[in-house]
Amino acid sequence: MSPANPFTRRKDRIDELAATAASPSGGIAEAGAVDEKPGVSLIASAWSRLKRSPVFLLGAGITLVFVVLALVSPLIAPHDPAAGLLLDQVRPQSNPVPGPQDGFPLGADSRGRDLLSRLLVGSQQTLIVGVFATITGLAGGLSLGILAGAFGGWVDALVMRVVDVMLSIPSLLLAFSIAAVAARPSQVTVIIAVAAVQVPVFARLLRGSMLAQRSSDHVVAARALGVTERAIVFRHMLPNSLAPVIVQSTLVLAVSIIDAAALSFLGLGNPNDRQPEWGQMLGRAQTYIYDYPHLAIYPALCIIVVALGFTLMGESLREALDPKSRR
Amino acid sequence: MARFIIRRLLQMVGVVAVLSVLLFAWLRSLPGGTVSAILGERATPETRAALTEAFGLDQPIYVQYLKFVQRAATGDFGVSTGVLPGTDALQIFVDRLPATIELSVAALGLAVLLAVPLGYLSARRSGSPLDSGLVILSLVGVAVPVFFLAFLLKYQFAVEWNWLPVSGRQDSLGCTRITNFFVLDGLMTREFDCSASALKHLVLPSLALATIPFAVIFRITRASVLEVLGEDYVRTAESKGLTARVVRARHVMRNALLPVVTTIGLQTGALLAGAVLTEKVFAWGGIGDALARAFEVRDYAVLQVLILAAAGIYVFINLLVDISYAIIDPRVRTR
Repeated sequence: MSPANPFTRRKDRIDELAATAASPSGGIAEAGAVDEKPGVSLIASAWSRLKRSPVFLLGAGITLVFVVLALVSPLIAPHDPAAGLLLDQVRPQSNPVPGPQDGFPLGADSRGRDLLSRLLVGSQQTLIVGVFATITGLAGGLSLGILAGAFGGWVDALVMRVVDVMLSIPSLLLAFSIAAVAARPSQVTVIIAVAAVQVPVFARLLRGSMLAQRSSDHVVAARALGVTERAIVFRHMLPNSLAPVIVQSTLVLAVSIIDAAALSFLGLGNPNDRQPEWGQMLGRAQTYIYDYPHLAIYPALCIIVVALGFTLMGESLREALDPKSRR
Repeated sequence: MARFIIRRLLQMVGVVAVLSVLLFAWLRSLPGGTVSAILGERATPETRAALTEAFGLDQPIYVQYLKFVQRAATGDFGVSTGVLPGTDALQIFVDRLPATIELSVAALGLAVLLAVPLGYLSARRSGSPLDSGLVILSLVGVAVPVFFLAFLLKYQFAVEWNWLPVSGRQDSLGCTRITNFFVLDGLMTREFDCSASALKHLVLPSLALATIPFAVIFRITRASVLEVLGEDYVRTAESKGLTARVVRARHVMRNALLPVVTTIGLQTGALLAGAVLTEKVFAWGGIGDALARAFEVRDYAVLQVLILAAAGIYVFINLLVDISYAIIDPRVRTR
């Protein structure tokens, strides 16, 4: 593989990402000697650059607002998002979607529920879908990745074969297929479907960076000192392999929220809409999209802004943690 | 070279084999099991018994799997229950393939034609307002749900302004069908109004479908050109007095395009998934449309064909990409 073209197949791209993991000895001291104080850790140097990056600050700012909103929205929402307060105005033929009025600045949805309250409270379920999908994908991917990266040999070969096949199915299509297995779709099945797609990505990422660690000096030294294999894996290899995984997680948060919306759009999402979620609101707005496009535009804007926030944060994290960018 | 291709082919066989096991497991885990999944609500005890026997569901699991492979190999995937009830599932795939290829080629062509030159420009002027603007645009492109963008385009250009057709692939002009690639058919039969109509219908869906590939290809091109511009051989080429044009074409672009070629192959996967959403919005009548409908009505016979085909196409295209890559860059062959 030539250094000029680091990306070949999807799996190789993931491996390339893995290679940007903190290399605790060589690379850093070398790079540190160039323009940073000697001995500055990767994290510290990354942080000092992130603090000055407007892209990161914008992304982090959006994320912060989103998380705070998710926490306090039930308190500041003017109405109960599940109550059909304007239901008496809904006429299926003449007026399916009540418009803006006193106390309801954005109007209501087709069931007479306050749109503003649903958007505000929707941040909560959206955050839950994003976070839980990422955690689930991470947990599955980490288990497989540790298994493969720690044992190597035939365990590695077997796990990676399955992972590669999962990567050979277009990811969104895989999510659709998994969601279709659910006899009763719910928020949980949506999270599982969206998370499953990320399992092979995380697994390959972690395995790549752990394999790179296996033969590094500090692991060899630990082994020579008689440290147990378990301690080597969990105390020496794993912590040093996490940087690319953390970066990927922030990007996955964005993808999960968008994918969940696509599932709702295809009717594979959570059918229970008492607790609103942006992806669900967007997916279901298609019924009235030409007469009342605002029903789709508001939740879509929310999703775009939040996804952009996570992406900006993830991309600047990646750049900051990439040893190559320390030059 | 031949050894390289054979090795890749063998790997592909392995992938397809594991894929068939996964698909088999998937079919078995569907709600209500395979029989209910395929027969749906119309299952009578007789048809159930017939299908149970035909599928060998009373036999050991490895026999069932072998039968599944046998049926798949002979193209027998059962009969559609919801998308086009009564039609052979494989036939639905074959009928709709040209529509999706036409759309995907248009979308990918659009993405590549815009992304590669813009990525190059962006890298040449890195740090300029143009560069920043394009990078932001590419980040937003990934953050917008595809189907929402499709709706937005359709709403603005087709419904509100009435510039372009709302849905479908062609106006009903009584066009002759030869290949079922409508643009091509019109050219072959010299019914140019047919081609024009098909092209008009292509604009909005391909634009929507092209956003994500555009964003990804743009960023890879930009990163790749930036990296190559810093290489020693580019400096050497410049300092020995080669003209800017030769350096650009022979040294920069030739090397920078390698990862771009691979990315383009990878994006076919995103295209297939994106086609499901875009085709649904524009009632395109292709594979994506059928998949969306099959998920809605849980038409498992159609789903298994289309999912297997989508994965197969994706694996195959990436095989082609690998081979083309090995032709462009001899260093890859030894890997």
